[in-house]
Amino acid sequence: MTPDAIASLPGEIRLQNVTVTYDRHPAVHHVSGGFLPGSLTAIVGPNGAGKSTLLKAIVGHLPVTEGSIERHQLKPCDIAYLPQQASLDRAYPISVLELVLLGHWRRAGAFGRIGREGIAAARTALQAVGLEGFEDRSLGSLSIGQAQRALFARVLVQDAKVILLDEPFNALDARTVADLLALMQRWHGEQRTVIAVLHDFDLVRQYFPDALYLARRLIAWGKVENVLTAENQLAARRMAESWDERAHICHTDHAA
Amino acid sequence: MGAVAYDFLIGPFAEFPFMRRALVACFALALGSAPIGVVLMLRRMSLFGEAMSHAILPGAAIGFMVAGFSLPAISIGGIVAGLVVALAAGAATRATDQREDANFAAFYLIALALGVTLISTRGSAVDVMHILFGSVLAVNEAALLLLGAVASVTLLVMAAIYRPLLVEGFDPEFLRSVQGSGALYHFIFLGLVVVNLVAGFQALGSLMAVGLMMLPAAAARYWTRSLVGSMAVASLIAALSGYCGLLLSYHADLPSGPSIVLFAGAGYLISLAIGRQGLMLHWRRRHHLEA
Repeated sequence: MTPDAIASLPGEIRLQNVTVTYDRHPAVHHVSGGFLPGSLTAIVGPNGAGKSTLLKAIVGHLPVTEGSIERHQLKPCDIAYLPQQASLDRAYPISVLELVLLGHWRRAGAFGRIGREGIAAARTALQAVGLEGFEDRSLGSLSIGQAQRALFARVLVQDAKVILLDEPFNALDARTVADLLALMQRWHGEQRTVIAVLHDFDLVRQYFPDALYLARRLIAWGKVENVLTAENQLAARRMAESWDERAHICHTDHAA
Repeated sequence: MGAVAYDFLIGPFAEFPFMRRALVACFALALGSAPIGVVLMLRRMSLFGEAMSHAILPGAAIGFMVAGFSLPAISIGGIVAGLVVALAAGAATRATDQREDANFAAFYLIALALGVTLISTRGSAVDVMHILFGSVLAVNEAALLLLGAVASVTLLVMAAIYRPLLVEGFDPEFLRSVQGSGALYHFIFLGLVVVNLVAGFQALGSLMAVGLMMLPAAAARYWTRSLVGSMAVASLIAALSGYCGLLLSYHADLPSGPSIVLFAGAGYLISLAIGRQGLMLHWRRRHHLEA
């Protein structure tokens, strides 16, 4: 999707010539395009390609050095973000139900009450991710897969229009992946925008209509079959993983 | 028999107003400091209290130089110095890549050196001892009011910021994604730590103030996994330590601050040994369950 092909739609997330840097070195370099409302997109690319950085920039956790990200009619609370290996301190004495209840933050905030309906919604979400009966278990007692299911339940409760998932299937067994994929399909069916960083190309081909191939710069973005091509893989592999400490100042104005 | 027990356990407090005030001071400290200690432990900041207790020294010293041994002057000085160190270290951390503990270490060491220098230029060895070791037996009405106010404010503020403070500790990225930075709650909490240390510092001295904050908190974690439970147990242990420490100090003619903290230490060691998550159960072989 080229930047000017479609006029901005409500709920669209539009990247315009986005560059995000660490210590002046670009991690995402002149990326333009748009995530349409209701689209289901996989972001793929080698390690160090800037996939997580791009997600963080979309949520607003990282400043955009150049260009802009338009979140058309989206408030920050419309975006649910599940970081890679969530930065949870699992030593906290918090129960699974309490974790999932945090999904109500948008409505209850830091001080508000979460009523009976809120608790019922959290229980329903736990059922949906297959963690029924785990309500009172402590977070520390969960396996990695169960913890990820619980976090998905929290995303369910968040009921956000846009859902960003950073490598959500890392270190999970096949059954957990299948269950969580089904949830993503359900979100897609509910017209939510879902963006997930993934490494498994087969899985992406099978379940994701759209893909964004990133290697710091944009390699390709569009229908999955046009993105995950051999040529694009080759192009991505050419991306140098290490920074050039003596790199010159970049004068590019637009994506190549 | 009963009379002997009364003389030993209650007599000192019935007879001497200063002992009663000291006891109330300990109870107030127990109510405020112990829950703060529990949250510090949870946030992996157990040693932070220690650093902060040194950071308040220069402020207290300046207060002392300006107004002599005046409680308000020393308290305000201590609170200002503590907040300056906490904010400076926090701001430096957020503005650079340096870790917070490193910045705290740097700032509190500067403050400590400054404080000791200030005291040595103007004070005597007695003053230094007084500031380092405090005097719970010299707590007057004004100090009691301060301690009571600090305990009340601490409990109310902790109740108010309980949810965001915990979430900021255990899942900061989530908090950031739903409502922006949780730094505000972090700083409010640091402020509470400082205020409580200054309160403890009146009674127990700068070296011992941390004792009543961290030891009961560490002990409580051996009894319960629940957070509110930990806070209650910690407050109870702290209050008991205050009572036992004052008795020991009275009967054996020992300094009160260290006596109180020694009892808190005993509370910790006993909990470590026989607590529900302590060594005894750790060593005793228990059969595992079926599922």
